[in-house]
Amino acid sequence: MSAYPFGRIDAPALLRYVLRLGDLSLILGQRLGEWVGHAPALEEDLGLANIALDLIGQARLLLTYAGEVEGRGRDEDDIAFLREHGEYLNPILAEQPNVDFGRTIVRQVLIDAFQLELYEGMATSTDERLAAIAAKAVKEVRYHFRYTSGWLVRLGDGTAESHTRVQSALDALWPYTVELFEEDELDRAMAARGVAPPLAEVHAGWLRRVEEVLAEATLERPLDRAYSWHGKRGQHSEHLGYILAEMQHLQRTYPDAHW
Amino acid sequence: MHGRCSLAWAALAAVEDPEIPSVSILDLGLIRFVELRPDGTLEVGLSPTYVGCAATEVIRQSVEEALRDMRVGRFVVTNVIAPAWSSDWITADGRRKLELCGIVPPDGPASTMRDVLRARRPVGCPRCRSLDTECLSEFGSTPCKALHRCRACREPFEYFKCI
Repeated sequence: MSAYPFGRIDAPALLRYVLRLGDLSLILGQRLGEWVGHAPALEEDLGLANIALDLIGQARLLLTYAGEVEGRGRDEDDIAFLREHGEYLNPILAEQPNVDFGRTIVRQVLIDAFQLELYEGMATSTDERLAAIAAKAVKEVRYHFRYTSGWLVRLGDGTAESHTRVQSALDALWPYTVELFEEDELDRAMAARGVAPPLAEVHAGWLRRVEEVLAEATLERPLDRAYSWHGKRGQHSEHLGYILAEMQHLQRTYPDAHW
Repeated sequence: MHGRCSLAWAALAAVEDPEIPSVSILDLGLIRFVELRPDGTLEVGLSPTYVGCAATEVIRQSVEEALRDMRVGRFVVTNVIAPAWSSDWITADGRRKLELCGIVPPDGPASTMRDVLRARRPVGCPRCRSLDTECLSEFGSTPCKALHRCRACREPFEYFKCI
């Protein structure tokens, strides 16, 4: 059990930050899990399901830690299944619908590259627990990125139809990436205390990776635009409610149900 | 070594991986330590391979069952995530057993992982030894394995990824 860096950082702030990380993994993992049994081929069904499982695994470690930091006896399940809409702190990109395989791959490449840069920086965090989780997760995220970026190149540099579809997916999803790097007071506090890498650094690394893949995929990078979504502050799109309805239904109908 | 510790090691050596029978959890390097705490509790450190691996909980239950059956006394199984599990910890014996199951063991130390992101990865066919193979998917029946196919003998096979 690692010591929380109390004294250097207050528990409510750390809790909020850990929830941001955990909710990104949880909501994206749940979203990606919708492909199980529906992917274009068995190999892709397995690939997407495995990535979803890794994300749920990250969420379990992070939400367990969040429960400990909070100190009110809530465990990973309480936090995952029994919170309200506005208490989820994932960026809006994570809750965007799958639509088709191409759009799912675009969303995943954008978030894989983000997690890759974030976790690489966080592996040396001053918070021992986050450092351990990040060092573990980043090894898996490298394989996620290898899989999804490989597909983006095949789709982008594929047929006219596949190219058009992933380019329009990229145009539709790109605006939501701005939120990933919008640094607020909480992000600055975490970076200042060495808990997380500065978001500007994460952004620079992310852009380098993403631009490299887009070039190989013959896709055009959309322009950054002003936006007004704040999933990290609990303000979500209409899509999150449907995810929560499906995810929470069983736990709320049969509280404490176990297999 | 304390008698209870060696009993525990013997019990653990008999626990097989649920996804790859005949390969034990010691072969895979999942047991990080067996220690006797000052209060008399035996502590066993268990590392998950992948954070989302569905086998992790089955392995934990099997470990607890094996320790109870061996009557090692009071024990606790601790989840060890740091340092993160690495395919480097698979023993030479474990690699041989993987090959016997038709699963190609990791081809190098995890420190060469800078190549993981984009580089091509030549993996030899476990049946005909041809290097003319291709990767079908980075994820197979479990997160730790990738799906490959041999172009020479046309057989599909699995590769245990370097991590």
